[in-house]
Amino acid sequence: MRVVEPLIELARGLATTFKMMLEKPVTVQYPEQKKPVKPRFRGRHVLKRYDNGLEKCIGCALCAAACPADAIFVESAENTDEVRYSPGERYASTYEINMLRCIFCGFCEDACPTEAVVLGDNYELSFTAREDAIYPKEMLIEPVHAGTLPTPQKVKPGVYTRSVPQMKDPQD
Amino acid sequence: MDLALLLEWIIKGFVLTLILLGGFAYLTLYERRALARIQARIGPNRAGPFGLLQPIADAVKLIFKEELTPALADKLLFLLAPVLTVVPAVVITAVVPWGVKPFTLFGRTITPYIADINVGVLYIMAVASIAVYGIVLAGWSSNNKYAMMGGLRSSAQMISYELTLGLSFVSAILLANSMRMIDIVEAQKTAWFVLLQPIGTGIFLIATLAEVNRAPFDMPEAEQELTAGYHTEYSGMKFALLFMAEYTKMIAISAIGATLFFGGYREFWFLSNTIFSVDKTPWLGPFYIFLKIVILLFGMIWVRATYPRIRYDRLMAFGWKLLLPVSLALVFITAVGIILKDQVNPNLIWVIPALSILVGLFAVGMIDHVLRRKDNARR
Repeated sequence: MRVVEPLIELARGLATTFKMMLEKPVTVQYPEQKKPVKPRFRGRHVLKRYDNGLEKCIGCALCAAACPADAIFVESAENTDEVRYSPGERYASTYEINMLRCIFCGFCEDACPTEAVVLGDNYELSFTAREDAIYPKEMLIEPVHAGTLPTPQKVKPGVYTRSVPQMKDPQD
Repeated sequence: MDLALLLEWIIKGFVLTLILLGGFAYLTLYERRALARIQARIGPNRAGPFGLLQPIADAVKLIFKEELTPALADKLLFLLAPVLTVVPAVVITAVVPWGVKPFTLFGRTITPYIADINVGVLYIMAVASIAVYGIVLAGWSSNNKYAMMGGLRSSAQMISYELTLGLSFVSAILLANSMRMIDIVEAQKTAWFVLLQPIGTGIFLIATLAEVNRAPFDMPEAEQELTAGYHTEYSGMKFALLFMAEYTKMIAISAIGATLFFGGYREFWFLSNTIFSVDKTPWLGPFYIFLKIVILLFGMIWVRATYPRIRYDRLMAFGWKLLLPVSLALVFITAVGIILKDQVNPNLIWVIPALSILVGLFAVGMIDHVLRRKDNARR
């Protein structure tokens, strides 16, 4: 039966492609249908808040120092108990990330002493002008939790003296 | 010839051209969707429901694209080549019958075909050969070495496979004892020629793939080697014309194949003597041939999705050393079978498929043998 063997091989090729047609397409219809990202996905940065609404970021600019792409710009200003943004002495008055420079390596996340900057799950970072690539603090910061006050807050004196909270060693 | 007849011809030609052009547009969509499904994708589905407006979007895009002409190109031939490729592809379908019973419209009896010439098959061969000029001129006038090589490859390939194509036509002509397309279709009332001449049909299908430059014989436009072959330098609407020619040729050659070997506008064999027979309901004829064309086109797409491109020297060797002798042998067998049928016993017509299959298997065995010997020699 060596004569029909090549024909069988050709037919098997055709059968393989035909069988594929009966399978469900793997296409994800993107804008309508989004796949959830993996837990350790590194998307757009988010500046976190404490449960009471104060910002975690203390404007230390360690993230900017750690950034290999030099994408982060931080300017800090003094906190007072009358006008308090974050615990401790200082807060970030300006916090900008240039999304065109950022390589999403996550070093800023590692460098942050207060776990304030976190790479979130938003990957839909499109803009039509170069200026729009610079994300200011207002875009990065997490919205205020329900039931808490926005920053700046007026607080009792002598409560928020410690800028870096007491934390366990990170597990993940 | 009166004016009304001329008008009738013009209108029928116009309608057929429009059907072909619309068919070309939707064939591109059909191919993209079918290929996508074979590759576990969905394919274009954004423009309109099921992507049905995609061809229109493509056409609009191509019309508004910039048309470039290379500085050292032969301007006249560069302009002429796409036209020369498109026209035969459209004109070739003039002899394909879409039905047989004339119908009455506005008090005139109108035949459901454009031309009923008694040398229909010869006309097809003659017109099909013109298309190669367009391609070779497109390659030559571009003044680009890749385009030139694509054009030359194409001309060599098309001329080589045209012989095989012609010889596979001969089997159908012999079986029908006529070159008129309607006679050929009517001769398939009892048995389609694909049953009487299965290997001839197979060779026809292979030769058509080479003739319309489809994968796995798409040498003239082998992207990896020749960028895009003969249409490298073409852009905008001129490119669209070359593209249109390719797909219109696919439709035309499928229509011819359906007519010569798959019963044309006649019903499927299990529907004969029922209400769905063309003899009882003549308006089903165009529907049947459309269905057959769609199936043959799917075959072309399916083959494209399955087999890799074959090497150029092997393509030529396959055409000249295998397909041509086999199709000559098939013509001989067909002739002998017809003589036996006429002189000895009508049932002896079935000698044709039996002997044909033997010859086909012998040919496959020979390729296998040669390839194995080469393989052994290499080791």
